[in-house]
Amino acid sequence: MSEFENTIHTICESYGGDRARMMDIVRDVHEKYGCCSGKAMNLIARGTGAHRVEVQSVVTFYAFYSEKPKGRVVIRLCNDIVDTMFGIEHVARAFSEELGIGFGETTADGRFTLEYTPCIGMSDQAPAALINEVVVTSLSSDSVRGIVRTLRESGDPQKLVRRLGDGNNAHKLVRAMVQNGLRKKGPVVFAEMESGNALRKALALSPVEVIRDIKTARLRGRGGAGFPAGMKWEFTRAADGDRKFVMCNADEGEPGTFKDRVILTERADLMLEGMAIAGYAIGAQEGIIYLRGEYAYLRKFLENVIENRRRDGFLGKDILGKKGFHFDVRIQLGAGAYVCGEETALISSCEGLRGDPKTRPPFPAQKGYLEQPTVVNNVETFCCVARILEKGPGWFVEMGSKGSPGTKVLSISGDCNSPGVYEFPMGVTMAEVLREAGADDVQAVQVGGPSREIVGPEGFERVICFDDLATGGAIVILNSSRNITEMARKYMDFFVEESCGYCTPCRVGNVLMMKKLEDILDGKGQLSDLDYLHDLAETVKTASRCGLGQASPNPILTTLERFRPFYEKLLRTHPKNFDPSFDLRAAVAEAEGLVGRKSAAIET
Amino acid sequence: MEKPKVATTSLAGCFGCHMSLLDIDERILQLIDLVDFNKSPINDIKTFTARCAVGLIEGGCCNEENVHVLQLFREHCDILISVGDCATMGGIPAWRNTLPLKECLDEAYLNGPTVHNPSGLIPNDPELPLILNKVYPCHEVVKIDYFIPGCPPSADALWAALTALLSGKPVDLPYELLKYD
Repeated sequence: MSEFENTIHTICESYGGDRARMMDIVRDVHEKYGCCSGKAMNLIARGTGAHRVEVQSVVTFYAFYSEKPKGRVVIRLCNDIVDTMFGIEHVARAFSEELGIGFGETTADGRFTLEYTPCIGMSDQAPAALINEVVVTSLSSDSVRGIVRTLRESGDPQKLVRRLGDGNNAHKLVRAMVQNGLRKKGPVVFAEMESGNALRKALALSPVEVIRDIKTARLRGRGGAGFPAGMKWEFTRAADGDRKFVMCNADEGEPGTFKDRVILTERADLMLEGMAIAGYAIGAQEGIIYLRGEYAYLRKFLENVIENRRRDGFLGKDILGKKGFHFDVRIQLGAGAYVCGEETALISSCEGLRGDPKTRPPFPAQKGYLEQPTVVNNVETFCCVARILEKGPGWFVEMGSKGSPGTKVLSISGDCNSPGVYEFPMGVTMAEVLREAGADDVQAVQVGGPSREIVGPEGFERVICFDDLATGGAIVILNSSRNITEMARKYMDFFVEESCGYCTPCRVGNVLMMKKLEDILDGKGQLSDLDYLHDLAETVKTASRCGLGQASPNPILTTLERFRPFYEKLLRTHPKNFDPSFDLRAAVAEAEGLVGRKSAAIET
Repeated sequence: MEKPKVATTSLAGCFGCHMSLLDIDERILQLIDLVDFNKSPINDIKTFTARCAVGLIEGGCCNEENVHVLQLFREHCDILISVGDCATMGGIPAWRNTLPLKECLDEAYLNGPTVHNPSGLIPNDPELPLILNKVYPCHEVVKIDYFIPGCPPSADALWAALTALLSGKPVDLPYELLKYD
């Protein structure tokens, strides 16, 4: 065996040749060789018993994996809407100029690759970039020159981190320049905690009583959908399976969301306590944290938290002396795919597959990870679980609104004086949120990211909760200078890019909407195009297979509904009812070139 | 009262939709009672001589002449109907949209297995309209008021749609008339 073959073989062996660990295997190959070549894929297929095409489908699906070699330093500049609001074009130009390459290109010496990436969860310190695994925030065209110089000299992105962020960002296992921006601590997630308190109380109850407490607290999933957590747990507990699993969705990819990053940094213990309680309640012994690839810089830190909890008897065998209650957790890293935040796609990814959503039913509660009953909850939900067990469901329901008790952690960014993370009681009005964030000039607020809705001033008395303004946490504020239709275009661009391509309404429909929107923005739209957009949006919403496609038309639908004049002023009417977007000259240009004569029929 | 006028044309189509229109059989006599045909291959009138109530368009636009004819129809007709899948979606001619234009022309005139073309030239008579970069469905070129799907739409579907339109009644196209498998 050659050394290459040996290395790949060893990597596969280190995961027991288990094809369900494909994400880790491919990742390790990347770390070693900078890409996963065709040869490597052959060897992985052999080493795991997977088909070659299954390996390739993983390598080609995820943005952070690649068949072809990339630069030793990959610079991924975040091009989320908030980054574009704060001067990303200057930063992008500076990177291009300094490196002498365009986006999507690699320098001739193989040292640098320059790419764009969607939201990396740093909207409150935008523009930001991922340089390999290192997060670099608050970029400007000036700082870019220094960054490129440092990288040229040392080749080590970690050298870019000169000033460490606050809290655990400065921990020796994190050492990131990221700032928590934690501006409002609430009683549920960010209050002080003592590890083990909640778990001890849970273990004094029976599993059924734990679920009853969660149901009494009327806890709803904090990822955004708001499904009752207790009900989910009850289904999973009742389902038949040899093994059961608790999964923590730490794949927050909804543009403008970064609250889980801060929870993971400051309250990982609370979250893990909640996971262990879930394990006890549903009868699971295994837990997985699916951590988005963008947050890989937190991995060692989180592994250390897990290790400490094992040492303290909060994870492992016979937890806190409870005979027969075993529960342990591992981290599964993602690799840059928004759709994996959808729970069934997240499960696919954990199983070592493309991040395709699965057909439901069966729901994960019946057949989830490895076809076994699985609970998937958000980072914040597990924190709520621990606090409910610690302080009692009665304490929890006293906060928040009737349908949505408790608090909600919001990540606020955009045009305001104090962007950052806020824990508000559920039921707070948008006006109050805006006031605390120091936003005085507000044209609109994108609530819950592009998947949800945009709200104008007439909606500022609405309240944050699952029955009104539902959000997984994203609040992006737009002042009166921002272009609403341009924002819709950027968000559609995002969905076109992130659609997994499995179902036609989402794969094709989003592209068609995007094209029509571009026509309108280019001044080539007509009134009937708005109806077309609306109808197409409704079709995509109704007919798509998973939450991504069902939500992807929302940037268009909600801006059309609430900001229609912005579209109308761009529209044209053609005096002869011709379509203004059709350009005959452009349509014949190619043929003119091929046959070598100009069209005689077009009037000049 | 003067009868409303109808015009028809076949752009990048196969005339199958026109054949289907003729398939209304003896009802064509009723149709003649209801309407006068203006520019149409059915009566071989080449140019519009009057404003028309309805224009039926078969086929999408694959060359510049198709575009001019379609625009002419838009200017002379009150209502335009895309008849059949080519007009509605581009249909079979639009298969070429996945290929670069040069590859299509090379395959058709130079490299195809049955091509005999000693000159090695791609036809380029000034009489030949220039081909478009792709085949466009009609509604991407002008405003289209109604669409009748089918390849071709059945005679009954065309009859039902036309008579409803001419009598000002809502069109009733039951599922059986639009089901093709």
